[in-house]
Amino acid sequence: MVYENPEGIRIGLEIHIQLNKLKTKMFCGCSTDYHNAAPNTHTCPVCLGLPGALPVLNKKAVEAAIKVGLALEGEIAEETQFHRKNYFYPDLPKGFQITQYDFPIVSKGKVVIEGEDGEHTVGITRAHMEEDPGKLVHIGSIGKSKGVLIDYNRSGMPLIETVTEPDMRSPKEARRFLDKFRNILEYLDVFDGNLEGAMRVDANVSVHWGTRVEVKNISSHKGVERALLYEIMRQKNVIRRGGKVSQETRHFDEGRGVTLSMRTKEEAEDYRYFREPDLMPMRVTDWISAIKETLPELPDAKRARFMEQYGITDMHARSLTSKIMLADFYEGVSAKGADPKFAATWTADVFLGELNYRDLAISSYDGERIGFIHAKDPRIKNSFKVSDMVELINLFAEGKISDRAAVEVIRTMLDTTEEKTPSRIIEEKGLFKAEDDLVTKAVAEAIAENEAAVQDYLGGTEKSLNFLVGQVMKKTKGTADAKTARELIVKELKG
Amino acid sequence: MITKEDVEHIGWLARIDISEQETVEYMEKLNSVLGYFGQLDELQTEDVAPTYHVAEIYNVFRDDMVKDCLPQEVVLANTEHKQDGTFRVPKIG
Repeated sequence: MVYENPEGIRIGLEIHIQLNKLKTKMFCGCSTDYHNAAPNTHTCPVCLGLPGALPVLNKKAVEAAIKVGLALEGEIAEETQFHRKNYFYPDLPKGFQITQYDFPIVSKGKVVIEGEDGEHTVGITRAHMEEDPGKLVHIGSIGKSKGVLIDYNRSGMPLIETVTEPDMRSPKEARRFLDKFRNILEYLDVFDGNLEGAMRVDANVSVHWGTRVEVKNISSHKGVERALLYEIMRQKNVIRRGGKVSQETRHFDEGRGVTLSMRTKEEAEDYRYFREPDLMPMRVTDWISAIKETLPELPDAKRARFMEQYGITDMHARSLTSKIMLADFYEGVSAKGADPKFAATWTADVFLGELNYRDLAISSYDGERIGFIHAKDPRIKNSFKVSDMVELINLFAEGKISDRAAVEVIRTMLDTTEEKTPSRIIEEKGLFKAEDDLVTKAVAEAIAENEAAVQDYLGGTEKSLNFLVGQVMKKTKGTADAKTARELIVKELKG
Repeated sequence: MITKEDVEHIGWLARIDISEQETVEYMEKLNSVLGYFGQLDELQTEDVAPTYHVAEIYNVFRDDMVKDCLPQEVVLANTEHKQDGTFRVPKIG
């Protein structure tokens, strides 16, 4: 099957990510660990843009950029350097941003995603290094702003801006691209996507192969799909009414889920790029082979290995490798004696499903336990031990608990920070699987007490069987295995 | 050639108010400077790589080591426009 792209949609992305795993900023020794700090406590003359301050490039930032470039299968420039991009805005105290212009460190890469019609390649035009500006907080709403408060803690944070080709053909593909991109960065250990402001996205989108509109200010990888769905609908409506889509920049209002036209300045943008005289050019191609050797196994390779080594399905392998910490947790659980296929089901389907349901994002893994934080309230934290998962899977595999009971245990453990082993929870809640004669007794009772349902079932109403199974589950407080109960009822009634 | 409009545009980019009289004056001065540099166009430079730094130095880096930052009160010492540890500036329009 080939995806025809009937509406002629083209989407390209510009993604800014902070190299927030580095200890210091791009051009100075200020700490990158500012997220819970008071304003303007992580600054120095360099990142405050004071006259005479001299920027010196963080070597680790260049190494990280090369890592990213290699993981994106891009070319690393033989010679690369920085430029000044000049404009006045208070988030940028120097009056210019140090960025790269015509010699970006990375060009011509690609990322393969799960597209509308199977594997789909998204081209990477370029990736370059630059510094983050400070953070502005408007007093009152933006429209009726009474003033602006500036915190320069973020100023000078090392960023990589990645520009894709307009190769995505639906908002879903754009989201999948970002998920995969974020995943790769986390595998490389250069990026923590859970920190506020870690990833910011601008998108350009057109319909019917027409005029391109840029949508700015998409602050989360989840917001991308919503922003694009809205913008595509808007452009289609303009065309349907006989209008023309105008080339413009729009602003995504995350709260309302709409894109709004930004007031266009009379003057065209004029950044007067010129080479940054305070920073010397770089020749770093001789680093490449050494850095290549430090590259970890990347998501696609890990997925293939999981299928091969553990005999699990492509879907499970894809899901487990969608987060490096989840993949490591799964391997920990399998290594400590749980059946790898059961471990895949319980980790990828149940455990991950329950995390998503609770809006919990995986944030750490230390070999012993996997940690997570609430996506909207980082104060809510919890963790899950490898040994507990192993114990739970083994109890299930040995037939000592039903699958319903196992799910119940996972839920209980996610909903409390108390340290209790699965066995203890199973005991306290009476979840051990009912003895077979107890189930048999419950089946007999359910049949005797529900004459009408029995007749309906025998008359051909399949739904009534579910009702009877439900009665058995109720009588055994959910400890019976539903499949066994069903089989017993059928056997009893139909012989 | 630099025109009057160019000078006005450059003035706007630099957020400098330039009077009508100054615009003409700067236009003449800038054209004179450019004309002087224009003499370089007479040289044959096709086979010469552009020079951006006079010193042939490459790869100046520092290690990823945290240094002390400035205390907040020092950062804010030179402004009267502050609020809750931040710089306060007029709204941006």
